[in-house]
Amino acid sequence: MLTAKEIARYNRHLLLPEIGMKGQEKLKNSSVLVIGAGGLGCPVLMYLTAAGVGKIGIVDFDMVDESNLQRQVLYDSIDIGKSKSEVAKHKLSKQNPLIEIESINSKLTTQNALEIFSGYTIIVDGTDNFSTRYMVNDACALLGKTLVSGSIFKFQGQVSVFNFQNQKNEFGPTYRCLFPSPPSTESSTSCSEIGVIGVLPGIIGTLMANEVVKIIVGIGEILSGKILLVDSLAMNFHTVEIERNSEAVKSTPQNAEAFRRMDYDYFCGTKNNKLLVREISPEKLFAMISSKENIQLLDVREPNELPEVSELNDLKVPIGEIEKHIEKIERDRKVIVICRSGNRSRKAIELLSEKFDFQNLYNLKGGVTEWIKHSAKNKKHERKEKT
Amino acid sequence: MSISIKLFGVLADVVGKSQIDIHDVNNTTTLKAKMLKDFPKLKNYQFVIAVSKQIAKENQALNAGDVVVLLPPFAGG
Repeated sequence: MLTAKEIARYNRHLLLPEIGMKGQEKLKNSSVLVIGAGGLGCPVLMYLTAAGVGKIGIVDFDMVDESNLQRQVLYDSIDIGKSKSEVAKHKLSKQNPLIEIESINSKLTTQNALEIFSGYTIIVDGTDNFSTRYMVNDACALLGKTLVSGSIFKFQGQVSVFNFQNQKNEFGPTYRCLFPSPPSTESSTSCSEIGVIGVLPGIIGTLMANEVVKIIVGIGEILSGKILLVDSLAMNFHTVEIERNSEAVKSTPQNAEAFRRMDYDYFCGTKNNKLLVREISPEKLFAMISSKENIQLLDVREPNELPEVSELNDLKVPIGEIEKHIEKIERDRKVIVICRSGNRSRKAIELLSEKFDFQNLYNLKGGVTEWIKHSAKNKKHERKEKT
Repeated sequence: MSISIKLFGVLADVVGKSQIDIHDVNNTTTLKAKMLKDFPKLKNYQFVIAVSKQIAKENQALNAGDVVVLLPPFAGG
């Protein structure tokens, strides 16, 4: 039931037969979580607040920056340096004190996403990076939640509703049905790197808010099974149909445990791969060999590549042929991968870890070149000791 | 046969135009091959091909008058 205050406030909704009392009550009883209180998040939050969505959650761990003010219309100059989710909550509560607003001033992770999402019926994605987009998509697929998604690039935007359950209880396509895998790191850029016209997130964000209201009230055609492409420079609107792709849906984590184990930064290639390759110094390898530690040495240099290092002779597989000889590489003891300078061996480790799930590989730092320098130093040292 | 292609997002920057016409292609595989040959930098970018408002299935045939859209993912927010 709506209160007298609510009846007065939402009068223009109540006048529409498509919304009316029933629709406004649905809005009051609904809950929407907005991920990212940036360019897209601001208009989404402002219109959903004004529309009387009963509970709104705001996830953002960022602070207001001066360069945000050109498009992130919830923030004032005096808000620079303050928490976006806190400022947004404060402003929105003033706009509509009749609704509940929760600010979640933390980074969305695989550890907290499922718990945060479970408190809301509709999820809105206005984030600015692919790893969060795939994480949000997968969490929605896992929990069966509707995802209203928007994204922007310079003068263009995309809007779609993913994982939407229709009246026949069939789920629509997910983000992965459209883009099964993330783009390479070099080709993915953000507003902070390439710029964006300030009005654009306003256009796309209000389209997103419109979809949210339609979904809650249960009216109109939902942008499910299609993506709307907006070009604000040519002033064109295109829609492209998307089908649910069972292969793509299957590639999402199938249970909470698998989801929590996912590393979306790694999946999207935004994590520095160098950190993932464990290195071992020539000193350490020398100590391992001297103490007869049970290790395998894998030399990925080309056949006949010099110098030949007798003490490192073990398994030899040139990097180009490594996929053909996977079974020769041990999995249950440490494998030290070697090349001339440490670059090819790093690539070999990345390939073996990513494609064949090896967990036991170490890169000889500086390769054979450093090894020889180190052993020359050792020999000199030994000679000195002898004399 | 000439096919009109609309390029979205970063693809328009890579190609230098938001719309181009491509000749002598009769399916999406030859179209993609021709695009990559003419604009080798495109190979660094991920995109889906839509033909007449539908995401193309594997090697879909192209007919005169088809509107082809090349759509990359955007992540900006």
